[in-house]
Amino acid sequence: MVSDPEDKRDTLALAREVERFLYDEAALLDEWRLDEWVALFTAGGRYLVPATDKPEGDPRKTLTIINDDLARLRGRVERLKSRHAHREFPWSRTRRLITNVRITHVVAEEIFVTASFVVYRIRSGHVDPLIGHYEYTLKRVNGALKIKSRKAVLDLEALHPHGTVSIIL
Amino acid sequence: MGFKDLIFEDSARGIFRVHRSTMTSPDILDLERKNIFDKCWLYLGHESEVENPGDFRRRTVAGRPLFWVRGADGMVRAFHNTCTHWGANVCRVDEGNAEVFQCFYHAWTFNNKGELISVPDEDGYAEGFNPAELGLVSPPRLESYRGLYFVSFNPDIEDLVTYLAGAKDYMDLILDQAEDGWRVVPGAQKYAVRANWKLFSKNSLDSYHVAPLHVTFFKYVQSLGPGDPPPPPPESFRAPQGRSLALGNGHGVDIFAAGTRARPIAHWHPLLGEETREEIREIRARLVRRFGEERAYFMCNTNRLLLIYPNLALHDIAGISLRYFEPVGPDYMEVIVQTLVPKGESAELLNRRLENFLSFLGPGGFAHADDIEAMESAQQGYKAGGPEWIDVSRGMHREATSLDERHIRSFWRQWHANIREALKPERFDDLVQGR
Repeated sequence: MVSDPEDKRDTLALAREVERFLYDEAALLDEWRLDEWVALFTAGGRYLVPATDKPEGDPRKTLTIINDDLARLRGRVERLKSRHAHREFPWSRTRRLITNVRITHVVAEEIFVTASFVVYRIRSGHVDPLIGHYEYTLKRVNGALKIKSRKAVLDLEALHPHGTVSIIL
Repeated sequence: MGFKDLIFEDSARGIFRVHRSTMTSPDILDLERKNIFDKCWLYLGHESEVENPGDFRRRTVAGRPLFWVRGADGMVRAFHNTCTHWGANVCRVDEGNAEVFQCFYHAWTFNNKGELISVPDEDGYAEGFNPAELGLVSPPRLESYRGLYFVSFNPDIEDLVTYLAGAKDYMDLILDQAEDGWRVVPGAQKYAVRANWKLFSKNSLDSYHVAPLHVTFFKYVQSLGPGDPPPPPPESFRAPQGRSLALGNGHGVDIFAAGTRARPIAHWHPLLGEETREEIREIRARLVRRFGEERAYFMCNTNRLLLIYPNLALHDIAGISLRYFEPVGPDYMEVIVQTLVPKGESAELLNRRLENFLSFLGPGGFAHADDIEAMESAQQGYKAGGPEWIDVSRGMHREATSLDERHIRSFWRQWHANIREALKPERFDDLVQGR
């Protein structure tokens, strides 16, 4: 953990604020409140799920599973709200366990956060856990935390048996 | 039911049906392993994955752990991934570069040409023990066509180019598009589908499902605004609905006009970003100069879904995807998807190409997730009882369009011949040359 010794903010309060933000975000996703969720992103926000064999790959030159800018992410949300998104119609049940939340460093208004996750997707008689960690860049905009980038890195060796990342991971 | 009756074909009435037990029966899967996966050419990988001496990749082919490596002598070899001593895997990571492969169990050591070069305490073996006979074992056949390597467990199989039959021309049409060769981009999409593997062979050729199934994808694309208008098709492509073609040996292709849809080679649409517009225009102009307007039209303004029998789909649409899949059980398969890109492509176009690829394709794509749902749903449907047959009759009465199932019938005829231990189907009228 690298913390900035010059940072005079109350780190405990910040840690609580960040944890609360991640738990609230997880609740929005588990409750499929996708419009409220996508509103958490900054204008240049990005959402990335790397390939399982290249978790550190640069998405500009590595094949990934998801690499959304805000426009495509909004398209993804619109799709998931449609009855024609067949993989998610009806919606799966999901339960997100977010833990081991760490603020790795703070640079000006940007807060770099990692957290472990297990996201259970339950549908069609199957319970498929997606296991991994998040890497967030959060940014304070007009006093509130927003998501500048959100990377969900899977520990799975392959999407066996999940098949897809059809929910927001 | 005998194997002969698994497919019902009545050309006069234009009816073609496949019995649903082909998708569910463990006995049929056993036959497929013996008569198809142990007999055909199977895709292994692309030359760019083992570019330098010592480069290796690990892969499972037809359930068999293999690895393949470019030896110090520059030659590419595939090996069964098992020590010739007690059998442990000698290659234990997915990729890398190595001069030697040392088994971790007893430290028997093989060079990257597969020769056994060191056995600890060799004095413990009698004179009859001959390390030269204990090198790593290769599958019986390994051949490549324009950088795509295939293996076969059948020592008597015809050479790869003969096997590829009419599919070779369509591989050429794809591979000719890069001026300086192709490479596989790092990163593989590895996933499973809870469905019979033949549903993916079918889905990989099928255009009939695209409009009804992928509504959300097209809605997203439309929201981005219009692409460039396509050039008029040449005289030889008077097929507004495209074509569905059988290419021999069970291979098939589906071809349709790309319209305004994005193609990194070479048709611009907003999905590819304003910054690539000029580069894409130049790529097309160079292809016209190299191959003429007609061939350039086929390269740049039509899309292709090519299936190399039994289990390699080479798609030339939003990008080039190499998708291979194999059965684990009658109702479960594992899939790997990689993408080929031109070696000389600019960083901007590569970035946009990959984003464009992901919009449609892969486990997180706006379209492909629903393909997987459809295949899994069909597999569930086969448990339901009731109908005994799958209908594959579409377009039997006409020159088949892209929305028809001629290529899929050709797959099934080859499959049916293989299941009955024949090399070729009885109907040879399947092989049609042309576009």
